[in-house]
Amino acid sequence: MSNTILKISDLKVNYGGIEAVKGISFDVTEGEIVTLIGANGAGKSSTLRAIAGLVKPTSGKIEFNGEDLTGKDPTAVVQQGITLVPEGRRIFPDLTVLENLRVGAYLRNDDITDDLNWVYDLFPRLKERSWQAGGTLSGGEQQMLAVGRALMSRPKLIMMDEPSLGLAPLIVKGIFDIIREVNKQGVTVLLIEQNANMALKIADVGYVMETGSITMSGSGKSLLEDEAVKAAYLGT
Amino acid sequence: MGKKINNALNASVRSPLQKDDKRTDRFVGVVLLAALYVVLFLLDNFLPQNSFTLMMIPVLKKGAIYSLLCVSMNLLNGFTGLFSLGQAGFMLLGAYTYAIFTIPVDQHATVYQYFDGGAIQFSIPEAIGSAIGHNAGSWIGAIIAIILAGIVAAVFAALIGIPVLRLKSDYLAIATLGFAEIIRAVFQWSGLGVITNGSNLLRKYTNLASMKIGSLSFATMFPFLIATVCIGIIVLLINSSYGRAFKAIRDDEIAAEAMGINLFKHKMMSFVISSFFAGVGGALLAMYQTTIQAAAFKTAMTYEILLMVVIGGIGSISGSCIAAFLYTACNEWWLRFLDSGHIGSMSVPFFRDGFRKVVFSVIIMVIVLFFSRGIMGDKELSFAGLVRKFKCRKAAKAASVEAADTDANNTKEAE
Repeated sequence: MSNTILKISDLKVNYGGIEAVKGISFDVTEGEIVTLIGANGAGKSSTLRAIAGLVKPTSGKIEFNGEDLTGKDPTAVVQQGITLVPEGRRIFPDLTVLENLRVGAYLRNDDITDDLNWVYDLFPRLKERSWQAGGTLSGGEQQMLAVGRALMSRPKLIMMDEPSLGLAPLIVKGIFDIIREVNKQGVTVLLIEQNANMALKIADVGYVMETGSITMSGSGKSLLEDEAVKAAYLGT
Repeated sequence: MGKKINNALNASVRSPLQKDDKRTDRFVGVVLLAALYVVLFLLDNFLPQNSFTLMMIPVLKKGAIYSLLCVSMNLLNGFTGLFSLGQAGFMLLGAYTYAIFTIPVDQHATVYQYFDGGAIQFSIPEAIGSAIGHNAGSWIGAIIAIILAGIVAAVFAALIGIPVLRLKSDYLAIATLGFAEIIRAVFQWSGLGVITNGSNLLRKYTNLASMKIGSLSFATMFPFLIATVCIGIIVLLINSSYGRAFKAIRDDEIAAEAMGINLFKHKMMSFVISSFFAGVGGALLAMYQTTIQAAAFKTAMTYEILLMVVIGGIGSISGSCIAAFLYTACNEWWLRFLDSGHIGSMSVPFFRDGFRKVVFSVIIMVIVLFFSRGIMGDKELSFAGLVRKFKCRKAAKAASVEAADTDANNTKEAE
């Protein structure tokens, strides 16, 4: 059952002359939660942006379900079943909650009622606020909306860029519960976090990134107990 | 306190009511439109000529045309978030396309007097008119020419969109502004005179006065008809999934892209459609003015439309329409007396030519300062919503009166 769904080999991303990602390779196994942790500027977001097609990688290969996605545009990537929950939520503030969710399903031509109900079941709060403009929601609700919006495209792999950013600890815990719940329902999760403690707790596999390269990998639990990780990211 | 609770209740109740509201609004809208058309028909045919109606009829015609132009600009600037200032250029393309193809063949010698009768010896209304009668020819010919005007504007939009739409915000505005100016200069160039008549007027083409059935005139109704159809199409577009994609791009380009929306394709679509309707609006303006000249399509025309869009509310269709009529009426009718030099029989030294513009500017500044989101903001005019607001206010008043009563009673009892 351990199918590799996403395979990154020797991925490099440059911004002008600056090398943000310096040739990393990792695999994501279907049905798992995989997390990339690391400090600011380690190249985590650039990796996600390259997979999502928002930036073109300089070299390397991105394979998803056996198909080459390297350098494809975001439309093609979403159609293949990868959706990004962007950093800082980035919901559409002037659109209602329902409209936000509908935009998430933009590339789909089939009936979305079931998925709408699925998202509303996951986030009852969103159902209550269905007619409210996205911008009037609280931070936690906006994060729910961002996740719900991404789920509306029925992804096989959902990528989340710092879902805990700027949220209160209690709400962060709620968000991580939701991530686990989404994963239980069969969606593979690739999670980027600075909150290493929380991320490693729910992750099956973790990778540690430092200045553009992967320096450590292992199961979430083993990384949590690793002395070096503890010293650098867990602050204990 | 009670009012707060009332408001909160209101907000939570809104969702299930929305569908009913939409139905009521659609019904009210259709009834009002039907009534409007009856009135317009009566105005066109059984109107006593006096100074009042002489001022009102042109304002109505121009208001309808500007409504369409504002809504088309709002589609781009308000709903897709692309700040384009090329409106006048696309209007010019539309107006010229319309005029060139509807000038009767035997009038070419007089219109193109400096260019040996021009190169295009063809008139759509005449060609159709010779087959099925003069009046029907003007109607169908004019409508075909209007559609052609839109298509020409749309084709040019598609061409310049390829380089220009990769630019963002201010740069896009500057590039489109430049395009409009170039178009105007090209159309005034005598090298193209055999088609555009250089910097001379185009005239004698099919205008609003030729919109007749038998002896009944439809001169005022015609621009309303075209504008209604076009605005209807734009509203349908905005409420479709394409419209949602436009709004998503306006709200957050990166998030929209991450959702799989192809930014360039959708921006192009919005730009081309908006320009199509700007071209149609230009054609209607040509019909209304009976003569056109490229020199008139200056950037000031774009700014005027932009001003109406801002006054009406960026992102509101009904706001754009209301503002178009209000602006036109103020500019051409209600504030005219400020230029006349007197109120009634009293002469006022300040009131001379141009004073109208001063007062008008002040009014606009007040609007922009105190209603910075325009008349409607990004909301739409909703009859059902208005009724509910009115009822709520009444209920709140009744509640507060009741509360005051019970308070009074309580104090009485205490005494």
